[in-house]
Amino acid sequence: MRNAVWLGILLAAAVALPWAAEAAGQPATIGLATRILCLGIAAASLNLILGHGGMVSFGHAAYYGLGAYTVGILWEHFRLGEPLWGLIPGTNQLLITLPVSVLVSGVVAAAIGALSLRTTGVQFIMITLAFAQMLFFLFVGLKAYGGDDGLLIRRRNIVPGLDLREQDQLYWLCLGLLVAWLTLQWRIVGSRFGRVLEGIRQNERRMAAIGIATYRYKLAAFTIAGMGCGLAGALTANYLRFVSPDLMAWQKSGEIMVMVILGGVGTLLGPVIGAAALVGLEYALGGVTEHWQFFLGPILLAVVLFAPGGIMGLFRRG
Amino acid sequence: MALIVEQVLNGLQLGVTLFLLAAGLTLVFGIMGVINLAHGSLYMIGAFAAALVAQAAGSWWLGLLAGVAAAAITGMLIELVVLRRLYARNHLDQVLATFGLILFFNQGITILFGRQPLMVALPAGFQGSIEIWPGIPYPSFRLLVIAVGLLVAAGLWFLIQRTRAGMLVRAGATHREMVRALGVDVRLLYTLVFGLGALLAGLAGVMTGPIGNVQVGMGEQILILTFVVVVIGGIGSVRGALLGALLVGVVQTLLSGFVPGWLRQVMPGSEADALGAALSSMGVYVLMAVVLLWRPRGLFVPHA
Repeated sequence: MRNAVWLGILLAAAVALPWAAEAAGQPATIGLATRILCLGIAAASLNLILGHGGMVSFGHAAYYGLGAYTVGILWEHFRLGEPLWGLIPGTNQLLITLPVSVLVSGVVAAAIGALSLRTTGVQFIMITLAFAQMLFFLFVGLKAYGGDDGLLIRRRNIVPGLDLREQDQLYWLCLGLLVAWLTLQWRIVGSRFGRVLEGIRQNERRMAAIGIATYRYKLAAFTIAGMGCGLAGALTANYLRFVSPDLMAWQKSGEIMVMVILGGVGTLLGPVIGAAALVGLEYALGGVTEHWQFFLGPILLAVVLFAPGGIMGLFRRG
Repeated sequence: MALIVEQVLNGLQLGVTLFLLAAGLTLVFGIMGVINLAHGSLYMIGAFAAALVAQAAGSWWLGLLAGVAAAAITGMLIELVVLRRLYARNHLDQVLATFGLILFFNQGITILFGRQPLMVALPAGFQGSIEIWPGIPYPSFRLLVIAVGLLVAAGLWFLIQRTRAGMLVRAGATHREMVRALGVDVRLLYTLVFGLGALLAGLAGVMTGPIGNVQVGMGEQILILTFVVVVIGGIGSVRGALLGALLVGVVQTLLSGFVPGWLRQVMPGSEADALGAALSSMGVYVLMAVVLLWRPRGLFVPHA
């Protein structure tokens, strides 16, 4: 009950943020908050496999980048007026680009997961990284879509009833999708599927012994996580109006993982709080000194050494 | 023909550099069970310390000593202050902590030296080329790198297979609890192994200095390749690290040497170069994925 009240207050504050930012004369905050929401979805999706399934994927940014590039490539073909491979017409309709991004990321995640899940432990960490690096270099080499330099999206996608050029409307869209994604993930974690996943994290051999085909459950979770991250990427592409291979670089995967650990592994809101903390710290320290990473590093270290369980862990103990 | 020989030698040179990094990483991985993302930072610190001393003292060899010492000392400090507390934690905490270390070291070096790459002159006596085969000259410094790498490999083999310390290292990799139970000072052993790994990483950085650029971020570029090597070779296996390093080095160099040329025959030059560079960069990851699908624990698995 207390949790529900807190969630309500938090949500109300999040909804009211654009008005507060305008009133305080800090409209730039809205953009910052939108970035947090996008990364929050990405981190939450990673948390599904990392926190609940015990699968440490070090290549999660691949799906982030794929989601973003789907929006970018569809825009590029829309702009040029020529279909992709002579078949698929480009579009700038968000109601099409978002589902396509989710679908593309999901299909690729299913393929990568099907191969990667044959390994476990450190090897799994490294093979997911390897696949992400392959995609990264593929997009670096695709000159047709900007290669290294990335691809500019002149206009944000169009949705009936919304004007995404207004930054507060984009913010509310992202907020709505974040809440929808968290709700979905909460339902998944609470379902039989989620219990099985939790069981696999704790002891995969035991789950297999009671007759559960663990590989299929892990693959399904891996695919769902990839789809969530694709959604986050598609929103990010709309926010930045720019996509580049950097979105799927291994540093990005590391960053998303850091958000999950910083916020609290295996908690519902932890990844979002981790995203807010990391982006907020970057912004706050970046305002003081250009060498903000010099201070962020030791802060992360301190979190690991003195606050296991991340920020959510602090709350729970207090 | 000359081109192929040259590319293979370049591949060997990249391979031994990777081996110097991978040997330390695989020992730390295998014995202490720690994922150390900051291993690349030690490589960077070695390169910077060597560049600085070489410039000030005018002797590349003094720089070599300084770089190796700086990396080893930094490595042991990291072990004492940070990693020692993380042995019992899960991989996630180790990733987060060492990620923090990377940020710290990269930015620290930026504060001290700026973003401009440092240039390191070739050591006296190794500026020219040697004709290794009639009509095939090859830079003598690169030959030195290969020789040093192979010497270190032989030295490591001797250390690990033929000495008492090496016996403890081997035992620690496979039967950690038993070694502890027999009364070996495992903490000291861990610090020394970590220091040795850091020293080798520093040596790799020093040897790369005159060939590549000494700059912030150089550690992360090569770190990922090093992980590929360690995983292909089998975690904890120094033999595997050597084989994996040479394999990755040669494959990477040959692909980036020849793929753009082949592509240029079927498509326009600039596109061929971009796609060729991308495909050859993907090559080692494809190699790793194939190895892992075939042998999920790598080529050599230390018997556990």
